Amino acid sequence: MTVPGESTEERWVDDHAGPVVRPYAVTGGRARPVTGTFDLISLVTATRSEVSPEVGLGPEHLAIVALCQRIQSVAEVAAHLDLPVGTIRVLLGDLMARDLVQVREPRTTAGLPDDSIFEAVINGLRAL
Amino acid sequence: MDYGPSERPAGAVPLPTAIKILVAGGFGVGKTTMVGAVSETRPLRTEEVLTETGVGIDDLSGVEGKTTTTVAMDFGRITISDDLVLYLFGTPGQDRFWFVWDELALGALGAVVLADTRRLADCFPSIDYFEGRGTPFVVAVNCFEGARRYRLDEVQAALNLDPGVPVLLCDARQRESSKEVLITLMEHALKIRESRRRAAGN
Repeated sequence: MTVPGESTEERWVDDHAGPVVRPYAVTGGRARPVTGTFDLISLVTATRSEVSPEVGLGPEHLAIVALCQRIQSVAEVAAHLDLPVGTIRVLLGDLMARDLVQVREPRTTAGLPDDSIFEAVINGLRAL
Repeated sequence: MDYGPSERPAGAVPLPTAIKILVAGGFGVGKTTMVGAVSETRPLRTEEVLTETGVGIDDLSGVEGKTTTTVAMDFGRITISDDLVLYLFGTPGQDRFWFVWDELALGALGAVVLADTRRLADCFPSIDYFEGRGTPFVVAVNCFEGARRYRLDEVQAALNLDPGVPVLLCDARQRESSKEVLITLMEHALKIRESRRRAAGN
């Protein structure tokens, strides 16, 4: 998939890349991640700039690490890899279990401590 | 402090907070158009594969005989600041995917219900849903060319809305107009939080 020596800064999974194989083949038939819950807007970032292929990691795992050099939500990872969110959750669980990605789960509104986030959104939108 | 070029210690990267706003309404009312009008990227599409028995991808065992459905959601992103990223999700239109809505609505700051005055009833399920959940929402009437203009109070009455729910006209294709809808929603959500706090005696 990735050419050795090719810059990992370059996103080799473009928006038009179709699924490489069927979703359940990607996860080996697993429906649930080994760890993590992964909300659609959980933010994911890779902990390493590149990962060499190793046992248990498929091309999709490596593609996620390459993609998550920039912070991405779970929904964005799924959209860019053109795989269902459920499949992406399983793959992210594998990566999280190996400390290859770091994930920040969103806070629920009940957990939002103050109004500052709403005010920041209002100001941010006005500044767009 | 120096780190090797290919390794960053886990926990060292401060990740921003992600938040979301939903854009709901009937089929063809302009949800994806509105998402695209304000998103910093073109709208992306994410899919959930559902079976009759559950959410997520299929377990391989006993897969025969199960029907699977793919629910697609279009979404966009607005980077508010270094530590805050806003996602806008268009809700899937089909009413039978309420459990997908539940996942989307969890933690949402609020929702925009887009309405088309030619097919006003199409937005009833969305309004019922957000009212039932207590999610702050505004109704934005997307002004399609050739659609008869109604006064906002007529729309409010036709939808039997609580008088506090903002109703406004918009053009979902226009960035400024869509921004205004989102700002109105956030101001409304702040007001609701304030009144809930007061009701709770804090």
